Amino acid sequence: MPDKETLLGVDHLSKSFGKLMAVNDISFGIGRGSCVGLLGPNGAGKTTTVEMLEGIKQPSSGTILYKGKPLDIGFRQEAGIMFQTTALPDHITAYETLKMFRDLYPRSTPIEQLVKACSLQEFLDRDARRLSGGQRQRLLLAIALINDPEIVFLDEPTTGLDPQARRNFWNLIREIGVRGKTVVLTTHYMEEAYELCDEILIMDRGKIIAEGTPDSLLAKHFNDVVVQLPAADLPEDFDSKGMDVLRANGAVEILTSDVNAAMEALMAGRVSLKNLKVRQRTLEDLFLELTGKELRDES
Amino acid sequence: MSPKRLLAVFVARNKEFLRDRSALAWNILFPVLIVGGFAIAFSGEAIDVYKVALYQDKGNEQIAGQEFLKTDYIRFVQTDELDRAITNVERHQVDMLIDRNTQRYWVNTTSPKGYMLERVLTGTIGNTFKRQEVTGSEIRYVDWLLPGVLGMNMMFSALFGVGYVLVRYRKNGVLKRLKATPLSAVEFLTAQVASRILVIMSITVAVYFGTDIFVDFAMFGSYFNLFLVFALGAISLVSLGLLVASRTASEEFAGGILNVISWPMMFLSGVWFSLEGTAAWVQKFALIFPLTHVTAAARAVMIDGASLAQLSGHITALLAMTMAFLLLGAISFKWE
Repeated sequence: MPDKETLLGVDHLSKSFGKLMAVNDISFGIGRGSCVGLLGPNGAGKTTTVEMLEGIKQPSSGTILYKGKPLDIGFRQEAGIMFQTTALPDHITAYETLKMFRDLYPRSTPIEQLVKACSLQEFLDRDARRLSGGQRQRLLLAIALINDPEIVFLDEPTTGLDPQARRNFWNLIREIGVRGKTVVLTTHYMEEAYELCDEILIMDRGKIIAEGTPDSLLAKHFNDVVVQLPAADLPEDFDSKGMDVLRANGAVEILTSDVNAAMEALMAGRVSLKNLKVRQRTLEDLFLELTGKELRDES
Repeated sequence: MSPKRLLAVFVARNKEFLRDRSALAWNILFPVLIVGGFAIAFSGEAIDVYKVALYQDKGNEQIAGQEFLKTDYIRFVQTDELDRAITNVERHQVDMLIDRNTQRYWVNTTSPKGYMLERVLTGTIGNTFKRQEVTGSEIRYVDWLLPGVLGMNMMFSALFGVGYVLVRYRKNGVLKRLKATPLSAVEFLTAQVASRILVIMSITVAVYFGTDIFVDFAMFGSYFNLFLVFALGAISLVSLGLLVASRTASEEFAGGILNVISWPMMFLSGVWFSLEGTAAWVQKFALIFPLTHVTAAARAVMIDGASLAQLSGHITALLAMTMAFLLLGAISFKWE
């Protein structure tokens, strides 16, 4: 997949838990300096995949090579990791936690630099147990960056954050990319992947079902746009002129490659255009198209 | 092994413990309350019969002093070791010792009971036995109890302070996060052991000298020997805690196992009562517990002034147990 030099190579990787095949024979490469998103619904196998990449879980079969070598202590020294859920030692302040993690690595980013980059100033002397969700995620990101890593793994870093905190966090992730770091981002937020990632891998049932840049994937699978209306505005006997019409959750979506034709059909049917919206196809549509499931479905 | 990484985890763990005020207070208050309670409870004069140790050849009971043995309200106990019996007179553990073979008797010049018994003896059989004097302070129950209480506190602190904390770390993902760093399992476990031993020994020393101010414990041995015994005991008990917590992520399961280990150990290690009167198999079974060796060795130092050579059996047992627990714990340890 990557044009850039491959930093992390994955070849025929599988992981099973008893009879369950969580990850099933996947192969891909992650280029140096890129931001790669791993997308999929809960249970798709993305966390298992990323934990194998992080060296936390052992694969059942297949290989993972970092800079052409199997994962070893050198990899752990150069990798920064932010798990989906992590507890920190009790009764230790945010600053002391950073200091402890700093001393576990031979190379480190100055704490003051991280404090500024991740906006930790306001709660640096606070017990890590007493941080809000956003503060905690920022601290965990700072810990992931404490060793000035070459590659950073972020496993659903914005889950549970409010929209504003999520957008602030995206800016932090962008800054990591600007500094030339390689980022592996696991998320089930389509918008997040679209905003941040150069490349995406979409997983379902342990398999990679699509990979490429967000725009290339959308261009490859879709040549239409979506015209949205409240369901109440569209009569039951509306003549769609052969266009696909989907009704769900009180809304109607008309799929068309010719917006003008859609408008003419709506006006001919005397449909109110007051609440009409036209949107591009998204990764969520792509996932629905490929798997028949929504990205955020529980599986 | 990297000293820098080890120190980082060691310092963090110490801060975590010292700032957990409830745990810290309990670790100090628990032994102080027990020792204080027993010191008060046994501070009055004991209402007991007079106790006389008899040293004589077996099958030769019809020898001198027979008349004295008919005295009521005196409990006569046989002894096979004259030197130990003399020490017991010095410590007020028996009120008089009579050697019927050589027609001698020993009394402690500071013992009121010894004085009374001497009057009874000479009033009954005249001056046919030769008087031997010893001196020495009384060994109270609280003196005998202290090593056991300190050992027991050490046991709870080691098993639950290490075992429970490790299981909690594993359950909430702290261990998983540390696994993702260059920190090795050996470095992590060493830091945990070192931190807990520092805590245990600091508390043990503080409780010993803190309560000694009020209770004035008997101490006939070397403080170095006593410190060594407690340090070895702490290491072995912490290692046992590590072994219990090496794999499980269930606090309930770990709690059950720790209780299964700690309760029999508390009752069968001679903390509260001497095992001398129990069945032989119980005494042998108790030797599998580190606390049995800690209690016996600490008591031997404090009450009998035992030397390192005399403690060698207990020290060897504690070292062997430590090695076994650490080895098994390291082999079976899982981060997740």
